Amino acid sequence: MRSAAEIVAESRKVQRPTSLEFIRNIFDDFIELHGDRAFADDKAIVGGIAMLGDMAVTVIGVQKGHTVSENVKRRFGAPNPDGYRKTVRLMKQAEKFKRPVVTFINTMGAYPGVGAEERGQGEAIARCLFETAGLKVPVISIFIGEGGSGGALALAAGDRVWMLENGMYAVLSPEGFASILWRDPSRSGEAAELMKLTAKDLLKNGVIEKIIPEPEEGLENRLEFTTDIIKKELSQELAKLCEKTTEELLEERYERFRKFGEFKE
Amino acid sequence: MKLFKRKNYIPLTTRTETLPNTKKAAAETEAPAVPDGAWVKCRHCQKLIYKKEMDEYQLCPKCGGHFRIGAAERLAITCDEGTFVEYDADMVSENPMGYPNYGKIIAKAQEKSGTKDGVVCGRCKIDGIDAVIAVMDSNFMMASMGSVVGEKITRAIERATQMKMPLVIFTASGGARMQEGIISLMQMAKTSAALRKHSEAGLLYITVVTDPTTGGVSASFANLGDIILAEPKAVIGFAGRRVIEGTINEKLPEDFQTSEFQLEHGFVDKIVDRRKMKATLAKLLRMHSCKGGFGK
Repeated sequence: MRSAAEIVAESRKVQRPTSLEFIRNIFDDFIELHGDRAFADDKAIVGGIAMLGDMAVTVIGVQKGHTVSENVKRRFGAPNPDGYRKTVRLMKQAEKFKRPVVTFINTMGAYPGVGAEERGQGEAIARCLFETAGLKVPVISIFIGEGGSGGALALAAGDRVWMLENGMYAVLSPEGFASILWRDPSRSGEAAELMKLTAKDLLKNGVIEKIIPEPEEGLENRLEFTTDIIKKELSQELAKLCEKTTEELLEERYERFRKFGEFKE
Repeated sequence: MKLFKRKNYIPLTTRTETLPNTKKAAAETEAPAVPDGAWVKCRHCQKLIYKKEMDEYQLCPKCGGHFRIGAAERLAITCDEGTFVEYDADMVSENPMGYPNYGKIIAKAQEKSGTKDGVVCGRCKIDGIDAVIAVMDSNFMMASMGSVVGEKITRAIERATQMKMPLVIFTASGGARMQEGIISLMQMAKTSAALRKHSEAGLLYITVVTDPTTGGVSASFANLGDIILAEPKAVIGFAGRRVIEGTINEKLPEDFQTSEFQLEHGFVDKIVDRRKMKATLAKLLRMHSCKGGFGK
């Protein structure tokens, strides 16, 4: 059994396969589409159209790199507002042509930069949440590595959220959490345990619906072990979701998020 | 120094009448008791301001800078007198992550702020027009969004949708409530989804962004208004100044992430002085409830 801190480290490992590797393994004929039609093509988010069996789907993923130069180009998988606007554009396109949407998440969070704020990072994420809430096609999200903050949630506000065995998802990084609450980023290991950010914890509190197993020899050494499972699960789940009426789909999506909150009155 | 020429002296009170007769109270009566918080520093002009010099709008008498105000004060200058009916007044947080001493932290914040959590919701009339209103209160844990803020805002939105009423939210928040972890993050999707239904019903949502509106609240309902108003010089942004400075290794300009910066970059419709806010809201509400129009 890995500790939460070990899972965090595993989820961030530079060898860990990226969204594009998952997409190419799971789908056929992937065509990448670029740009937000407003300001830029953010390389921290990739997206396009691909085939899953005989069904066309729109796929969108946060993209990290394996090398320093690629990571600089992709801002280590921390999207700018342009990336979130590209996401909305591709989701609306999917809706128009009745294609389900599959997203892959692997980000420490939205990029904290001057340009990002100038172009409305908050607005861009909010728009993703708002548009996903009303999108008239199924949306399935898969956390393949780390998931941090609103920058991750922006791509995970749909019908099903799955996570790889060594994925994580939290309100912010354990370092940030320790720094904000205890003013001591070195206590990140302790924070990781407390934050309930592992797939098992998240399954328990309903934030995710499914845990996807990883091979014993390491994900980077046998990716097809995991992508074969994802392909099978995606085909089955999308077939089920496509049976629903639009009203059912949207109402169940609403309830999926409506339930979160612990309070008394 | 001007400070000492002032004619309005700080009233010194003895506390024997209000405090129980304990040793501590007795000790306190011996020293003159300067009331806490009688003087405040204006964050805009850095001058010391005698609090009683400010009226209900809480503007700096020297520079006109807007001080942060609590939910009760905000409701008093926004709603028609006697029309505010509060929703979900008694809702309090549980501890979804089992964060150590969270109950105590909440109790302390309640004592300090005099409110149960970071938002007050209800319905009211604004210049005679019915509206659902939510006001965040930064005195309570910087109005961070956990279960209570998320649920109360969502219920307010849902009620507005059911009653076919316009919605006005005054935002102020440090972001997601860290102590409630991932459950706080989910409140962003929950409130945004509720706004989607309100919007699909063709109803008006006005956001009034006040100081400070950052993090998860900026990345959800604060930025989803049909019309977004802001108070002057409010800090509005997603990532915190220090986080950005740490990431890019540069010092940021003074006006970074202010209302004026957001107006310039296209994320705010209009900056409105607090004294004109009610009149502006009333005007907008009236324009959206007029009888004429295409297909009406």
